[in-house]
Amino acid sequence: MSDTIDVPKALSGTGSWLDDRFHGARGLRVLMRKVFPDHWSFMLGEIALWSFVILLLTGTFLALFFVPSSAPVVYHGSYVKLNGLTMSQAYASTLNISFDVRAGLLMRQIHHWAADLFMAALIIHMLRIFFTGAYRKPREVNWLIGIGLFTLGLLEGLFGYSLPDDQLSGAGLRIFEGVLQGIPIVGTYLSFFLFGGPYPGDIIIPRLYIVHVLLIPGLILALITAHLFIMVHQKHTQMPGLGRTERNVVGQPFFPYFIAKGTAWFFFIFAALALLATFAQINPIWLYGPYSPVQISSASQPDFYMGILEGSLRMMPAWEWNFLGHTISFSVLIPFAVPLTVVLGGAAFWPFFEQWATGDRSYHNVLDRPRNAPIRTATGMAAVVFYGVLWAEGANDVIADYTQIPLYTVTWIARVLIFVGPAIAFYVTRRICIGLQRKDRELLEHGLETGIIRQLPDGEFIEVHRPLDEEERAPLEAKKVPALMPAPGSEDENGVPAPQAHGALGRARAIANRAFAETITLETNGHGNGHGNGHGPPEEHAEIGPGELPESSIPHSDPLLWHPHEEPPEQS
Amino acid sequence: MSDMEEVEGPEGSGAPVPPHRVIGTPPPTPRLLGSGADDGGAADGHGAEVEPAEEKLPEVSDYPAHASNAEKIVAFCFVLAFIAGCGFIAAYIGLEVGSVDSVFRSNLALGLSLSVALVGLGFGALIWVRQLMPDVEMVEERHELRSSDADREAFDEYFVEGTAASQFVKRPMVRRTLLLATLPLAAIPIVVLRDMGPLPGTSLRHTVWSPGRRLLVYGTNQPITPAEFSAPGQSITIVPEGYTDDLDVLAKATVTLIKFRPGELQIPTVSNGGTLIGTMNWTVDNIVAYSRICTHVGCPVGLYEQTTHHLLCPCHQSTFDASTGATVIFGPAPRPLPQLPLTTDAQGYLVAKSDFTQPVGPSFWERG
Amino acid sequence: MGWINARRRRPVVGYAALLLGLVIVGLLYGALTRTSAQAAPTTAQQDIANGRALFEATCSSCHGLDAQGTSQAPSLIGAGAAAVYFQMSTGRMPAKEVGAENARGPVKFTEQEILDIAAYIQSIGGGPPIPTAEQVSTEGANTALGSQLFMANCAQCHGFAGDGGALTYGKFAPAMTQATPTQIYTAMLTGPEAMPVFADGALTPSAKRDIIAYITETRVEPNPGGLSLGRVGPVTEGLVIFLGGMGVLVLIAMWLTAKRREPWDVAQEENAREARTAGTSGTSGTEH
Repeated sequence: MSDTIDVPKALSGTGSWLDDRFHGARGLRVLMRKVFPDHWSFMLGEIALWSFVILLLTGTFLALFFVPSSAPVVYHGSYVKLNGLTMSQAYASTLNISFDVRAGLLMRQIHHWAADLFMAALIIHMLRIFFTGAYRKPREVNWLIGIGLFTLGLLEGLFGYSLPDDQLSGAGLRIFEGVLQGIPIVGTYLSFFLFGGPYPGDIIIPRLYIVHVLLIPGLILALITAHLFIMVHQKHTQMPGLGRTERNVVGQPFFPYFIAKGTAWFFFIFAALALLATFAQINPIWLYGPYSPVQISSASQPDFYMGILEGSLRMMPAWEWNFLGHTISFSVLIPFAVPLTVVLGGAAFWPFFEQWATGDRSYHNVLDRPRNAPIRTATGMAAVVFYGVLWAEGANDVIADYTQIPLYTVTWIARVLIFVGPAIAFYVTRRICIGLQRKDRELLEHGLETGIIRQLPDGEFIEVHRPLDEEERAPLEAKKVPALMPAPGSEDENGVPAPQAHGALGRARAIANRAFAETITLETNGHGNGHGNGHGPPEEHAEIGPGELPESSIPHSDPLLWHPHEEPPEQS
Repeated sequence: MSDMEEVEGPEGSGAPVPPHRVIGTPPPTPRLLGSGADDGGAADGHGAEVEPAEEKLPEVSDYPAHASNAEKIVAFCFVLAFIAGCGFIAAYIGLEVGSVDSVFRSNLALGLSLSVALVGLGFGALIWVRQLMPDVEMVEERHELRSSDADREAFDEYFVEGTAASQFVKRPMVRRTLLLATLPLAAIPIVVLRDMGPLPGTSLRHTVWSPGRRLLVYGTNQPITPAEFSAPGQSITIVPEGYTDDLDVLAKATVTLIKFRPGELQIPTVSNGGTLIGTMNWTVDNIVAYSRICTHVGCPVGLYEQTTHHLLCPCHQSTFDASTGATVIFGPAPRPLPQLPLTTDAQGYLVAKSDFTQPVGPSFWERG
Repeated sequence: MGWINARRRRPVVGYAALLLGLVIVGLLYGALTRTSAQAAPTTAQQDIANGRALFEATCSSCHGLDAQGTSQAPSLIGAGAAAVYFQMSTGRMPAKEVGAENARGPVKFTEQEILDIAAYIQSIGGGPPIPTAEQVSTEGANTALGSQLFMANCAQCHGFAGDGGALTYGKFAPAMTQATPTQIYTAMLTGPEAMPVFADGALTPSAKRDIIAYITETRVEPNPGGLSLGRVGPVTEGLVIFLGGMGVLVLIAMWLTAKRREPWDVAQEENAREARTAGTSGTSGTEH
């Protein structure tokens, strides 16, 4: 027990009552001391979590005033510019919330900004997980759950901003219906079933409403619970560092540190959203007007997370097949199916692909620094560029307007970049990773530059390097080199042929394996001869850069001199 | 063992290092598996990962002088948050809404007070954690995720025993009829969705345009004569008479009307299969009507450029040449916009000669 | 910047502070500067003879002495006073060069001179006249109908708030923040450059008034939700959430989880103590 405080009577009384019934003390005891590693990038998922909580709170408020109905009504309300206009009750009630309910506009804006922040945080969080390799065993299922959450978030946002039935989101619904209609064989049925008849019908708003406030949030809640439970049960990963191993977690205890930080973080996120809702107008539906399929505006974009679908629809050239009384429109199907499948499907597939390519089935609780996994990082950057080009193309008319580049030229640039961009990104990122690995090796060998210049007796100037201390060395030395699998067709010393190395798949695996195993070895054998010690992988030679002094020119006798390659002299 | 150690920086580095409290283990070196010091009970499935309270969290802030300063800052932040929170309530009560200007003021006041309250709380909490709480670093053992072989065997055993006891494997008739019984129940949730909507039938192939139906200007709902539409370079949005408020109809039937100079309009006579789909005979006085619904995914194609006579759809930039039958010249639209056959009625107003001769709007499987 | 960085481990904070300062200054500038509107034209007596003289001096070099057009410029016969008024009062004419299109620019003639030239062109070829003050007055206009007409006929080029948009081949539909009611009316009536003509037979004068009322009301309407972000829609909203929202939150996360260091003065004391005891032997460098 502490010297200064005791458990207050009220708390201990309640606590005993509960523990008598629920056996809570043991579990809570463990939970209170549970260690959570501390790194800023581990807080990104929490942005999404707290944004979701805020979405639930503000969404409940909005649901108390919103009327999810397409029934027409003639508007006579506070937004006098539209008085006399026939509009749906959904739109009219949204105008009501914005202009006639106190704090209504604030709640609407917080809600919409929180939805955008949720998706933005998820993207950055997923990228962090990917680039640090946190999806590896035993966390593959959590990675898949995360992708599921992202997809659900996409749909939830799409349906949510379509609820007010304004011109902008209505145009998006129209596009959604047109894409649906174009699906082979079942498209027209899907469209008529969803909309209750021909587009737009009068049932889509109530249907989207129930999906948006009940079905998807329920699924998201369930998946978030699973996601967090798995993360707590398996314990969080940690960045490589001093004292951090695969068998431990180093950080701060749950109670009170993690709770305190989490609470502070919640307030900051809520504050950021409140500031945005105060100073940055979002989704001004009164300016868009109520939806009519006759009307359209330029700069009609969906919310940013749908941007890649919009961009792929704009980028795709015309392509359609007509045969035997049937039509398939690839200019609609390919944008609909390909980008999300590539990005999300590829992401879902990646952990298993990496396991296959590296043969690595061990547990990974310590994260990789992105530079130490060049192929993974390069592939991730290629995917980011792929996603980014599609996303930017979704705003092509706005870009054309602001940059004064002709409209079609923007699209042509995107059509070229979508293929060229990821390839360049892959190549450049891989080179940068290898370069950074070389830099790490140099740091280990030569230490950090101190900025102190010394003059040698023969007149030459050198910069003094300080060797890294324990804490600085640890992340660099924690680098793991993926093992090279036996080459196809090879045999070990007993003549046993390499397993799983047959055929085209085996050869492909060998190629992938070689690529993944490529690394700059960290063997710091002092004088940087740099030829490694025969591990086998085709390593890059860590050539020593400029500044390396030929050994013969240094007199080693002077105790005040410190050769960059040697250990620092003992301090007297 | 669990001392509060002061870890020094490397020899001669000359830099001071803050007191570094490590709880739970000796100086941070990687722990070996199965070493004697591994007394966290890792093999125990109930895993008390932390030893029963022998190490203690420090009770005192790291730098007491600074902590008392920080305490004041934290308290100030929380008081500010309190004031701002009260401000929110006051603004809610005091500020009206009901016009654009009043909503502007109300939103600003409510939002600002809420933001200040939240920033105050967040900032206060941040300073509290960083300056008031002593800095600790704790190490916890990870337990093996894989169950022990004994556990796995026990699971297998129980599973096999239970399956055998259930007779599930031994009695195939029961098993198979169970499966049979559940199949319709699994299908029912799909089946009962049937009434979500009618079957499309042929409704996508037709619009409400019919012989003699007048073209009305959208918004004003007035019919129009060729004389009223005589200035070259004109374009206007058209809706069918009798359906000016029916969104379901308008989503397929709205039309763009364009007037050309003599000689500019050159629509070739085009047939698809045996059906005529475009011809100069469907124009009146160099006035042509095209479906406004884009053949890509259905946005209204409203953007008419008089000088180039291009119709541009703002959604995905499909571009159609209105002088040659709305042929596609850029963008993802796969087909030209259908042309509406035009003529005039007895009073001289523009009317449709018939419905479109092909389905309007986005492609679909049964389109043909 | 130095004093911010001196106490911080991460140099990124200095850059973040600088960026924040720039953003604040930019926002303040945007908020405090306003564009001025132009006055409506007066219907004073127009002098056709003066108009002719001005025309021959300035416009005939491209449009021909009889306004019949040349290879460089179209004929103005039938263009009408309305077209002349629009082009000249927005500064598009006299055009400096023949490009993809002419943009609004500084007006080179006085209002009276423009009316004179317009009267002259009207006299030699006819065409749509300049609307009267009643015709462009927005009193009693039906803005609800105006919004529908605008969204159906105008927004696809000019944007839902009249902020302009891109057309094909380098053309642009301009923003309508500065156009006077007469300029909007004459633009609709005459269809300048790529803009289609909206003659009175199809878009009645009453409908035009409704559209003008909608445009003029919308552009001065305050943004109750805060800064308008350009009234462009989700594109700028997405930029704000990434650069503003996520950017700021990441910086705060870095602050929340930063390694705790000794307070400044405690560290200074220890440094001083070390220097006293360590003597003058060379150190091997300072930490970064």
